[in-house]
Amino acid sequence: MGENTYDVVIIGAGVTGAAVARELSRLKLHALVLERAEDVCSGTSKANSAIVHAGYDAMPGTMKAKMNVRGAELIRELSHTLDFPYRQNGSMILCFREEDKPKLTALYERGLANGVKEMRIISGDEARELEPALSKEVVAALLVPTGGIVCPFNLTIALAENAADNGVEFRFLTEVTDIQKDKDAYLLHVQTSGGASEIRTRYVVNASGVYADKFHNMVSEHKIHITARKGEYVLMDKEAGTLVSHTIFQLPNELGKGVLVTPTVHGNLLVGPDAVDLQDKEDTETTLPGMDDIKKRALQSVPDIPYRQMITGFAGLRAHEDGDDFILGEPEDAEGFFDAAGIESPGLSSAPAIGEYLAGLIQKKGGFQPNEQFISERKGFIEVAKLPMEERNALIRKNPKYGTIVCRCEQISEGEILDAIHRTLGATSLDGIKRRVRQGMGRCQAGFCTPRTMEILSRELGIPMEKVCKNQPGSEMIKG
Amino acid sequence: MTHKDIVIVGGGPAGLAAAIAAREQGVQDILILERDARLGGILNQCIHNGFGLHTFKEELTGPEYAERFEKKVYDAGIPYKLNTIVVNITKDRELTYINEEEGAVTIQAGAIILAMGCRERPRGALGLPGFRPAGVYTAGTAQRLMNIEGYMVGKEVVILGSGDIGLIMARRMTLEGAKVKVVAELMPYSGGLKRNIVQCLDDYGIPLKLSHTVTKIHGKERVTGITISEVGPDRRPIPGTEEYYSCDTLLLSCGLIPETELMKTAGITLNPVTSGPDVEDSLVTSVPGVFACGNVLHVHDLVDFVSEEAARAGKNAAAFLGNPEARSHSTKTMLKGINGVRYTVPEMLDIENMDPEVVVRFRVGDVYRNKSISVYYDDRKIRTIRKRVMAPGEMEQVMLTRDSFQGIGPVKEIRIAVEDPA
Repeated sequence: MGENTYDVVIIGAGVTGAAVARELSRLKLHALVLERAEDVCSGTSKANSAIVHAGYDAMPGTMKAKMNVRGAELIRELSHTLDFPYRQNGSMILCFREEDKPKLTALYERGLANGVKEMRIISGDEARELEPALSKEVVAALLVPTGGIVCPFNLTIALAENAADNGVEFRFLTEVTDIQKDKDAYLLHVQTSGGASEIRTRYVVNASGVYADKFHNMVSEHKIHITARKGEYVLMDKEAGTLVSHTIFQLPNELGKGVLVTPTVHGNLLVGPDAVDLQDKEDTETTLPGMDDIKKRALQSVPDIPYRQMITGFAGLRAHEDGDDFILGEPEDAEGFFDAAGIESPGLSSAPAIGEYLAGLIQKKGGFQPNEQFISERKGFIEVAKLPMEERNALIRKNPKYGTIVCRCEQISEGEILDAIHRTLGATSLDGIKRRVRQGMGRCQAGFCTPRTMEILSRELGIPMEKVCKNQPGSEMIKG
Repeated sequence: MTHKDIVIVGGGPAGLAAAIAAREQGVQDILILERDARLGGILNQCIHNGFGLHTFKEELTGPEYAERFEKKVYDAGIPYKLNTIVVNITKDRELTYINEEEGAVTIQAGAIILAMGCRERPRGALGLPGFRPAGVYTAGTAQRLMNIEGYMVGKEVVILGSGDIGLIMARRMTLEGAKVKVVAELMPYSGGLKRNIVQCLDDYGIPLKLSHTVTKIHGKERVTGITISEVGPDRRPIPGTEEYYSCDTLLLSCGLIPETELMKTAGITLNPVTSGPDVEDSLVTSVPGVFACGNVLHVHDLVDFVSEEAARAGKNAAAFLGNPEARSHSTKTMLKGINGVRYTVPEMLDIENMDPEVVVRFRVGDVYRNKSISVYYDDRKIRTIRKRVMAPGEMEQVMLTRDSFQGIGPVKEIRIAVEDPA
């Protein structure tokens, strides 16, 4: 096959694109992932609730329901085979008014219909027994032990890295500008800093998040429309991370969908999101009213959230399609073009199932043979600070760089940062390092370790300090 | 397990002064643990002058000030380890450190002096709205990149917060050719020293906007501009007062927080106002044999006071080695800041065992003009000191003497208050 000819091109290296790529790498085919950012996990996948939903929420029979339940199962397995942080901490949906109890029952029944196991409706007192920080106003709750929390960065990176190790190509800072049907193939026009070029492929997977409507509408007359729906979050210090152990949801009512309070898999406390529909698909700004609103609403569930311990705030965009469900597979009039569109919540939870589903469709269509060299396992990043002292010492003896702590708050060593840079699909930016190994994610938010990490990145990539970026080109740290 | 008489965590100004004082008391077996690649701590990046007026009666730069203490440490042959981070301390004074050469090592200390300094409050903790681009730096991080690494972080600058590092950086960046457009301060008064307002802003025509804050950070990849707004008495932005400044850099100088992580693992009691540990006049924390000094105890304005305080910690740690039980059964008198005095350091006084003179340091919560500071022993007013101006940005102090407690019976509580002059 020629340099720019592939069996499958995946647009987007978010969690969905990475999951599809990883499933496709089980097959003997040439696959390429195109990503406009400098790294995987740079759009919707990087800024969300980091929840593995159990699957009670989506309407039975929808793609969301099917993918969520299967996806949650797969994430549990993958957290072992691909070695990323995941914890089944259980979820709780709180009901604050007697008259809302039927809605809780309805949610329970929906969960049953979707195949969610082990759910229970519990009283307010039982809920408080499990979670002493809950409000006195909780009258009942749905307890869902199969709900979980995950590191969205490491889930995406694990999938992408494993795909790449099994032969899938990745090109970053590469934007698709147009797609044309050309006989039995698609012609993708792409733009990089080096100029424009064309890529030919039999199949396209459209996993482009909030832009999935743009690419879909280039090839199909059955138009779809995606709205970027912004959600803001605030993140608290690890000291607040044990305030609750379950993920605490609010039962949606006429006042809104409710905000969640959850520990993160790394031990922080996360509060959010709200939901604001946007015209601008790049608007990830946080706002004062937005942050105030989620903070206030979260107090209904957990009255003593220590907002003084806030270490950062962020906003993410959900790709909401007008039809309110995932759009998966080929449009009638665009054979060989596979959508993964409208991937909003529970998109993170569903990603591995979407990967499995779309790769299955593509295999059937293309008749690809299994890739006999496929290696399903991948070793995750070492978290040195979590190792027992003897293991930590053995590691430092082998590689002294694991004994140099760069990030003080999270105790991240230079060895871990070097690993983040030099692995398959390694980090090329400060954010890339941060997302892989948590350097700078602690309470000082990279105040101390930024200069040091910039130096390491500059040295290891052989680029001048002036070229070290926070993320994409244009985000240079030094300007002078 | 190796035993060390005194282990000092941190080789900045506080750690160095503590080590020297402990050695002067005759303690031989001292170890300083420093996480950076050199001694001197934050002083290494403070290349401006104004240090040492109290200690040396002359004006030094930060590195020069540090050098004088470093030299004493070298001359005295006090051992130290660089690139070494302490990851755990127990209440029994076991201490674990990590470095490249030795890996993780646990040692038993006779006494520990905590001198880890402080960190800056980051953008996230301030909840500043907007995008999260490159070009948002805490002032100290920018100072390190400029003064140690030699890189300009930006050309057009807005500064939020009038803490001393921000003011110093306003001047520094101006001298290096950047345009500092404005310094915004949330409070109706500056958080820094008066002399820094004059020498770093006024002298360069940089406007200081009090009661203003950042209400939007513009620019997705790199900062392209900052919107600031006036705030009302509730410190909330007033709609309609937005002003846009185009710039590529936002520096934050919005407060310093003691780095107390290690104290938490040892179960040391922390003070919610200072965020540092509660200490007695000997600067011992709630854990016997563990002392604290410098910016990890409470954030100082002047390094001279850090050196003086740290020397006391060193001396008292040495005394503890000689007689660990000396203070274990004596009564402690509480010190309390009231009526505008936000806190005191120390928080407790051991009258029986105190030095002839003990300095009590504190900050006031607002700007006060023509007021006095009064010291009460229970309900007895002992002293009144007239003050022309007091401000939160300037640390205040009073001296308590052992003699003043002679013949007045037991004192339960010492109170320090801002009052109208009689």
